[in-house]
Amino acid sequence: MNVVEMKGITKRFPGIVANDNIHLTVKEGEIHALLGENGAGKSTLMNILFGLYQPDEGEIRIKGEKVHVTGPSMAGKLGIGMVHQHFMLVDPFTVTENIILGSEPTIQGRIDREKAEREVQEISDRYGLRVDPRARIRDISVGMQQRVEILKTLYRGADILIFDEPTAVLSPQEIDELIEIMGNLVREGKTIIFITHKLKEIMRVCDSVTIIRRGKTIDTLQVKETDENRLASMMVGREVSFDVEKEQREPGETVLSIRDLRVADSRGADAVKGLDLEVRAGEIVGIAGVDGNGQTELLEAITGLRKTKSGRVRLNGKDITNLKPRSVTRSGVGHIPEDRHRRGLVLDFSIGENMVLQTYNLPPFAKGFRLQYSEIQEHAEKLVKEYDVRTPDIHTPARALSGGNQQKAVIAREVERDPDLLIAAQPTRGLDVGAIEFIHRRLIEQRDKGKAVLLMSLELDEVLKLSDRIAVIYEGKIAGWVDPSTAAEEEVGLLMAGGKSGAEVKS
Amino acid sequence: MQVQQRQMRQSPLLTSIVSVILGMLVGAVMMLVAGYNPIQAYIALFTSAFLMPYDIGETIRTITPLILTGLSVGLAFRTGLFNIGVEGQFIIGQLMSVIVALKLDLPPVVHVIVAVIAGAVGGALWAFLPGFLKATRGVHEVITTIMLNFIALYLANTLVRNWLSAGSDSTEKIPESASLRWDVLSSLFGNARIHLGLFLALAAAFVMYYLLWRTTWGFELRSVGFNPQASEYAGMSVKKNLVMSMMISGCFAGLGGATELLGTAEYLSIHGSHTGIGFDGIAVALLGANSPVGILLAASLFGILTYGGSVMQFEASVPYEVIRIVFAAIIFFVAANIVRWAGTKFRKKAVTKDA
Repeated sequence: MNVVEMKGITKRFPGIVANDNIHLTVKEGEIHALLGENGAGKSTLMNILFGLYQPDEGEIRIKGEKVHVTGPSMAGKLGIGMVHQHFMLVDPFTVTENIILGSEPTIQGRIDREKAEREVQEISDRYGLRVDPRARIRDISVGMQQRVEILKTLYRGADILIFDEPTAVLSPQEIDELIEIMGNLVREGKTIIFITHKLKEIMRVCDSVTIIRRGKTIDTLQVKETDENRLASMMVGREVSFDVEKEQREPGETVLSIRDLRVADSRGADAVKGLDLEVRAGEIVGIAGVDGNGQTELLEAITGLRKTKSGRVRLNGKDITNLKPRSVTRSGVGHIPEDRHRRGLVLDFSIGENMVLQTYNLPPFAKGFRLQYSEIQEHAEKLVKEYDVRTPDIHTPARALSGGNQQKAVIAREVERDPDLLIAAQPTRGLDVGAIEFIHRRLIEQRDKGKAVLLMSLELDEVLKLSDRIAVIYEGKIAGWVDPSTAAEEEVGLLMAGGKSGAEVKS
Repeated sequence: MQVQQRQMRQSPLLTSIVSVILGMLVGAVMMLVAGYNPIQAYIALFTSAFLMPYDIGETIRTITPLILTGLSVGLAFRTGLFNIGVEGQFIIGQLMSVIVALKLDLPPVVHVIVAVIAGAVGGALWAFLPGFLKATRGVHEVITTIMLNFIALYLANTLVRNWLSAGSDSTEKIPESASLRWDVLSSLFGNARIHLGLFLALAAAFVMYYLLWRTTWGFELRSVGFNPQASEYAGMSVKKNLVMSMMISGCFAGLGGATELLGTAEYLSIHGSHTGIGFDGIAVALLGANSPVGILLAASLFGILTYGGSVMQFEASVPYEVIRIVFAAIIFFVAANIVRWAGTKFRKKAVTKDA
């Protein structure tokens, strides 16, 4: 039986057609992937199903019946629940309090906490969610927070669950757990719509997939009858290569050398605890690890954004420990920061201004204290063209660009300064296949030019694919070195989880 | 996402114009309810602001300090700060310039220059404190600047009574050598109190534009205002820039106080409460969308309303308070961004009609 049927859905916004005659049919008890690049119209379509937007044309049938979903509460009544990418949880509240929020069971006006906790426990056990009903949200991991979100929809009686890019925030282990839970849900008769642009996950868990490109339905396929390459080209609209072509190269001199580094996190606890690391010219060193094992603090310490407690950081033999960010930058470090919105760009500045964020006061962009706009614009025009940053013009504020193009702008700026060491933190987070391909090529190019590249990514795939050597970080230390050409994903995963490494490859 | 951005990219000029019209309509309704003829009142208002050379001169005189306090608020806004302390910095500007005017004996041109500079520096230093506290201790500037407004007011009152005069309610008139009035200019406008401060205000508007958009310092100031973390990443000193922008903002306000004192009042008296010119600067900056040209236009409008309104109460016997209601209504409509709201409603309708 078809539980969800969306027929001929069209949604126009001023200037663009976000959904153009889209068809989506989801069968009961299946995991149905909704695949598309960023901005293809997936979220708009799901927001229509969830009642946040009204379609301009088309009809929606839930369990065979024609409906008008007027709002999220209406969607709830129809049994539709949404697990948002950004969690909607109250941090200081407990798991149970968050779940019952808005539909609290009461006895004589008081909240019946015990009953609620019992119910939450029941649902948790039934679907294998392993959630502690009494824990406070701020104390539990991101993975468990997500399970609380799932539980919230189940508690409200949802049997059609929309997962909006659920794996974006999870570690590989947590992704495995989520996939297991999704299996449990389907086994109990639930239906799942899985929004994603990660092909691997679709191949692993989904039954069928609907591909959307530029607001139009391209096709609906059975996952068994297709493969990653075919899905990718349907999503992007052209052939995409997954394999990174990389020649074997002999690394040169040591560019970055870190000795016994200790760095505290924002709360004062040690996040990096005596870490050693070396990156040589002409190699990409990947840092693999579960989020929160000191990666952020390590990179901030190298780039001068965070003070170190002890230890040395050297660049080309020169001590750069605790230098100010500007001095680090000018001694030859490029930095693609983890969070491009928070660190990488001034979103209200134009693309042109963002392209000279570090060099605005150097010639030729400034003469004395006066900015030279003609030079700044020329520079920006050149970079926009060379790095294929798609923007109406260089005066457009960075905010108006898509995530992929924002990231391309950051990369253009950092690579263009021709640094000896390029630090790339999560360079492809949240980007679609096309942009990822582009960015990967640029990183390899830097390596081939004989530059040192330090890559930090939570995507194990990415680290394995690009790196010449992998350092696995666990609790603020390098737990082991892995050779990506021989290592299996499981082996790295084990190290990431704090297990002992079987084959330590220190080169 | 892109859609929302497109809707946000509407002209601030349109917002301001529509808000002004709506604000004046609200004022008209108020007048009708109170039994006055709004058309007659508005005609009286606008004609009286320009009727005689004297009126034009007085209108310009009213506009001058509004430009400076508007620039002060606008510059702070552009750099991510909400300077509510313009009023206090304005008072310190008045105080410093009257001190120099009365206590120093200098030759004519030098005297007024030193007095103006003293006022500007005073305002900058008064703003330094909240900037410094924000940079080092994270104290929010809204709190500190409000408090400093009161300190400035009572400090000025105390000094006027105990030091600058012999226990009276106001100081002596400043000597001619420290005055910003210029006979040639005054005689052109029927001996109105128009003064050279106008040119300082226009120069300040240009300085704001040039500084923010043409210099490396302005690049830093704006960058830090928009996104301190990205600015830190790019190697700028967030703290230094924060203190700097507070001081430049305070400098404009202090200049406003100095010119108002040396040009218009020519003495400093004890005030029971704030002058309001500093707070009007917030309204001017808001209506002028924090751009130098917008601030010039907004200050002109508010100056015309203020001066014309005060004449209007004689001409059409409409109380001046109505004009303050118009002020408030305009600001309300700008802040609520009524144009955008109407715009989305209209677009929604257009889309449904299409379908």
